[in-house]
Amino acid sequence: MIRKQRVLVAATAVLALGLTAACGGGGGDSDSDSGSTATKPEFNAGLEKVYNPSDKKGGTIRMANEGDWDTLDPGETYYGYSWNFLRLYGRSLLTYKVEPGPAGNELTPDLAEGLGTSSDGGKTWTYKIRSGVKYEDGTVVKSADVKYAVLRSVDKATFPNGPAYFEQFLNLPEGYKGPYKSKGVNTDSAITTPDDTTIVFHLKQPFAGFDYLAALSQTVPVPQAKDTGANYKQHVVSTGPYMFDQNNLGKNFSLKRNPNWDQATDPIRKALPDSYEVALNVNADDIDNRLLSGDLDVHVTGTGVQPAALGRVVGDPNLKAQTDNPYQSRLWYTSIVGTVAPFDNIECRKAVEYAADKTGYQTAYGGPLSGGDVASTIMPPNIPGYQKYDLYPSPDGKGDVAKAKEALAACGQPNGFATNISYRAERPKEKATAESLQQSLARVGIKLTLKPYPQGDYFSQYAGNPPYVKANKLGLVVNGWGSDWNDGFGFLSQIVDSRVIRETGGSSNASVRDPEVDKMLDAAITNQDAKARESQWAAIDKKVMEDAYILPGIYAKALLIRPKTLTNVFVSASYNMYDYTALGVA
Amino acid sequence: MITYVIRRLLAAVVLLFVISAATFAIFYLIPRLAGSSPETLATRYVGRAATPETVNLIAHRLGFYDPVWLQYGRWIKGVLVGAEYDYGAGVEHCPAPCFGYSFITRQPVWPDLLERLPVTLSLALGAAVLWLFFGLTTGVISALRRGSMLDRAAMGVSLAGVSLPIFFTGMIALTIFSYRLQWTAPGGTYTPFTENPAAWFYALLLPWLVLALQFSAQYARLTRAGMLETMGEDYIRTARAKGLRERDVTVKHGLRAALTPILTIFGLDFGLLLGGAVITESVFSLPGLGKYAVDAITTNDLPKVLGVTLMAAFFVVVANLVVDLLYAVVDPRVRLG
Repeated sequence: MIRKQRVLVAATAVLALGLTAACGGGGGDSDSDSGSTATKPEFNAGLEKVYNPSDKKGGTIRMANEGDWDTLDPGETYYGYSWNFLRLYGRSLLTYKVEPGPAGNELTPDLAEGLGTSSDGGKTWTYKIRSGVKYEDGTVVKSADVKYAVLRSVDKATFPNGPAYFEQFLNLPEGYKGPYKSKGVNTDSAITTPDDTTIVFHLKQPFAGFDYLAALSQTVPVPQAKDTGANYKQHVVSTGPYMFDQNNLGKNFSLKRNPNWDQATDPIRKALPDSYEVALNVNADDIDNRLLSGDLDVHVTGTGVQPAALGRVVGDPNLKAQTDNPYQSRLWYTSIVGTVAPFDNIECRKAVEYAADKTGYQTAYGGPLSGGDVASTIMPPNIPGYQKYDLYPSPDGKGDVAKAKEALAACGQPNGFATNISYRAERPKEKATAESLQQSLARVGIKLTLKPYPQGDYFSQYAGNPPYVKANKLGLVVNGWGSDWNDGFGFLSQIVDSRVIRETGGSSNASVRDPEVDKMLDAAITNQDAKARESQWAAIDKKVMEDAYILPGIYAKALLIRPKTLTNVFVSASYNMYDYTALGVA
Repeated sequence: MITYVIRRLLAAVVLLFVISAATFAIFYLIPRLAGSSPETLATRYVGRAATPETVNLIAHRLGFYDPVWLQYGRWIKGVLVGAEYDYGAGVEHCPAPCFGYSFITRQPVWPDLLERLPVTLSLALGAAVLWLFFGLTTGVISALRRGSMLDRAAMGVSLAGVSLPIFFTGMIALTIFSYRLQWTAPGGTYTPFTENPAAWFYALLLPWLVLALQFSAQYARLTRAGMLETMGEDYIRTARAKGLRERDVTVKHGLRAALTPILTIFGLDFGLLLGGAVITESVFSLPGLGKYAVDAITTNDLPKVLGVTLMAAFFVVVANLVVDLLYAVVDPRVRLG
């Protein structure tokens, strides 16, 4: 009964709005004549357009998380969904456009008045802070609060899980441990605040992509007087349209309107609902059921439908019409390790590239909808700079046995060879991948032995530990990577730069060791021309594929259940899930 | 009687020490014997961008460089007299019993345990009432009407109840009663009794029934077997010959004797449930000790695992003690001492 009424209200709202231009459709370059809004429930209706647009205020959005929130502290949280959600209670210097389609990948000023201006060849970055932005207690936000927020995030003894880009790039004093431990240390070499509305970052080396760092939640201001270190997450002081109402760590929390947020200072958020309720540690299958029955609005982690409900959703046209299928900015791949013979020979690596059955890889991950698309490059298509190419094509994606045999002959191993493939024991999809490769490579005589390892220690002790890999002849390493933000640096730097490999283990880069690639990365990082930089990322992608150090598997996708209870639903290109700042209650 | 209780309680304390030491050893000694260094242990508690310096910091902070006995001693000291904890912006005192701070969330464990105990307690108590009621009545009736259709039907249902695992019956029950028919609450909607008794009852009804189905089936079969045996005893015939009413014969003479083994099992079952109905709580997303344990184990969060293990052990020990004391009540032949 209640649900019927809801649908009716939603339908009326949609009718009433009629053809009103959708807010946030300005990005527009991807939109064809069909406009940038959608009201018909069909598959991918919320992927490039605003589904069910509305300006209706009020209501409560109900969300659930299958695990615990990593942390609500803006200085430490390190999940895309959390960064997406955090914009409800915090304002970083920059953020991503709240728009559907590719525009969602573009940076836009939030707490700052404009994007950063750089001088000194990209070593100095200046931001002006918007006037009139206040904390939930009415105090005015000052540039010094942003400086303090960034500096506290550097304290990795207190915030070990946070991103480490600021300590990597800022010109901090030697041995600086953050404002708690290094009290009174002058940090003007790294950040200066000439006045209350100006903040200047000073870097060790030029970094053209610094604006992406300014969009990290670590630039959300923190008032020093209210900072309680590791306990700050119990009560984060809000600068966004919502503030914490209840906060039961590990169980649930809720947000209510922040009376000191002023729409006039905020061109990004519409702040439609009155409140948000988030339940933590909820059974993942139960989340799907509740989404489908309308008892819940959003699966907040944006990881999509679980295997248990997948068949039911895909098999029912009405349910499938209620889903969107975005890319996840993640590549599932297999590292081909050049330090393990005979993969020191490029031809043997190429043999793997040719022989692998990519459709088998796709099946291992659950097929096209919940797994993803077959990949031939390192960067997924939703990363700006992606260029489509395939250096090792095969007719139907099942591998080219003839070419693989040619490569083997050129490598001096015409009859093939034996090697090992590692994967994370807890991940059935990686096991299926290893088994699929075992079968497809056996066609050319490459015999694989499966080596499962515990995922907690996978990179630190085993597959990411170079001496171990060499000693145990792990020629192939089943792997995967998702970027921190959608650009070439965010995607590539941790997996193709040979300098991130550590002899003590722990790096996600298990195989790419090419000094040429390192040089290309350095050149791209300092290039101030964004378009030129994008083509540089593409060139690096191609170079690594020529080296045949990475066997791309699939560009990951997730099948999201589109909430029929909400308005303004669309996938944010930067977070690869629904944009949580845009949603309203139908 | 009192000396008996004191002796048993002392033994319980010793047992809890042994259990904590064993849990500690499983967590620290076995990885070390397998070749893990303090740094590899610490990599579980840092982010994916952690530098070797960060790993080192965290290994220090969590005390992984110290010998295991020292780490254990520090933990015991926290439990007995409390501990100091550096939360970055300052140091706070964690009063005894301080079960340490979570490696992941860096929040104290003891308040978490206390907060989650009522959930598990609610679940276990409600389910126990249901299963004792249904289990005993069906068991007694089946025994008295042995071979009847009723007996066969009851035993058939109970066989199914015993053999179906809760993660199956729970999911099916949720799908049918919560999502299709919307009679019961969906998962993850627990409300404390003190806040809203009606919502509390509504949220727990289905978990109670599902949990009780499994246990009452078991108890029905046990009761039936026990009753069949005692009802054939000579003293039952004597009681009947004395002219007692059949109801008194059944309840006072038959059931009472049949209860002793059931009481033993009940003590164990109930104690275990208090330590966390792991599967039921996971299926229904109830924020109790069982869910807490599962989440802690999957994230290698030792202080949480230790806390919840000890709590579970404590309840099993106490429940057993209570059962032993009750023996004397149920069976006059038992003398404690």
